Amino acid sequence: MRDLMPDMPNCLQADGLRVERNGKLLLDVPQLMMDGPGPTLILGPNGAGKSLLLRCLHGLIKADAGQVMQDGGVLNAAHMARQAMVFQQPVLLRRSVSANLDFVLKRLGLGRTARKIRIQELLAEGGLETKARQSARSLSGGEAQRLAILRALALGPETLFLDEPTSALDPAATQMIEAMILRASARGVRIVMVTHDVGQARRLAADIVMMQGGRVVEHGTAKQVLEAPQCQASRQYLAGWLVT
Amino acid sequence: MQDFASQFSQAGHLILTGDPDLWAIVMLSLQVSVLAVLISAVIGMPVGAALAVARFPGRRALIILMNALMGFPPVVVGLLVYLMLSRSGPLGVLELLYTPTAMIIAQTVLVTPIVAALTRQVIEMLAEEYSEQLRSLGVSRLASVPVLLWDARLALVTALLAGFGRAIAEVGAVIIVGGNINHVTRVMTTTIALETSKGNLALALALGTILIGIAVAVNAAVSALTLRTEQEGLRHA
Repeated sequence: MRDLMPDMPNCLQADGLRVERNGKLLLDVPQLMMDGPGPTLILGPNGAGKSLLLRCLHGLIKADAGQVMQDGGVLNAAHMARQAMVFQQPVLLRRSVSANLDFVLKRLGLGRTARKIRIQELLAEGGLETKARQSARSLSGGEAQRLAILRALALGPETLFLDEPTSALDPAATQMIEAMILRASARGVRIVMVTHDVGQARRLAADIVMMQGGRVVEHGTAKQVLEAPQCQASRQYLAGWLVT
Repeated sequence: MQDFASQFSQAGHLILTGDPDLWAIVMLSLQVSVLAVLISAVIGMPVGAALAVARFPGRRALIILMNALMGFPPVVVGLLVYLMLSRSGPLGVLELLYTPTAMIIAQTVLVTPIVAALTRQVIEMLAEEYSEQLRSLGVSRLASVPVLLWDARLALVTALLAGFGRAIAEVGAVIIVGGNINHVTRVMTTTIALETSKGNLALALALGTILIGIAVAVNAAVSALTLRTEQEGLRHA
């Protein structure tokens, strides 16, 4: 498996991933390759294993079996340092908006002036210029999620994982976040995002991973999966059935 | 009853006229307790934070021990510190017995478990919230400790105030290791005990009033900080 895509830049691959808890199989992904351009959206009902897969891909959870491969090598700390993740519930430090960004930039070893400039750029990118000195914890849900994405982008990641970042947001806030995601993707950041929202998948996805019961039931281009789903679970989910 | 009222009146007079003996005792009490709390913070906060984030065999037992030490009887602490500092004790050569330093040591021993245990609770809760995010940002467990300590600063000040409350109101340990020597180791609590036994109720009442005032101020500060911490949490929820 190591030699499947040895020279592909920023190629992410799950190979025989299995996660079990209390004797229950929660994730079983024999083979999944994310190597194309544009955002990959992971779609499926609750309990399908979407968030678990995302955490395994980012190295936050170690699978009981199998491995995650990045650029042909087993995922390691150096790979993880080139990844970032945004969670469904944004976890912001109890500091100001700019201090949240500064925290990450300091870790990258940037000097004071460079950090200041970069913070201004990031705030402008997320439309948070006027909130720089405000406590991050006092932001609205949409602003907080934008800040979480900006902080992740501040790391300069090659891959950005997003776990249902807009699930609790209104359409206007969702639109702003989707625009940020598309801009990051256009800059070459690999986007891997979990969502429940078929409409969002239509708007953003270059390819779609459909999951159910811990398994990938379908993976293809957005056009293929949305217009001609191959498996019944995908068809039912995309048709709006209450798939469990 | 008239005598009782007269004692209160004299106590008020002592406070309002700035009686030098009374305020010297108050200042020594504050000095000893504040220093003890600061030393406890330096020891207890990193220990509590480390226990919150580290995982090792015996961790649970250590937490139980630390929690148990929060209720350690002050007189026993006083006795142990006395034995350590007495002329024949292992630290006798330092000749610290019956000095304010001995009282600071005793209060530090009493307060450190409180600070460490409360820090552990606060940091553990915050670590649970931050854990995945910090790991995702490449922050190791060890490097997460200062981040967590800083972000829990409001709650940690509350822990320090709780420790200060315990220290300033403590009598058993400081009377054993301090000896209640006039103008040297006499603090508010030990003076109240002594003056009451001598029948000098005015000074005891004056010190009692100040002590209650400090306790109320500390509790008000704890309440205000707790409210602010909860509000911070609610904003996030």
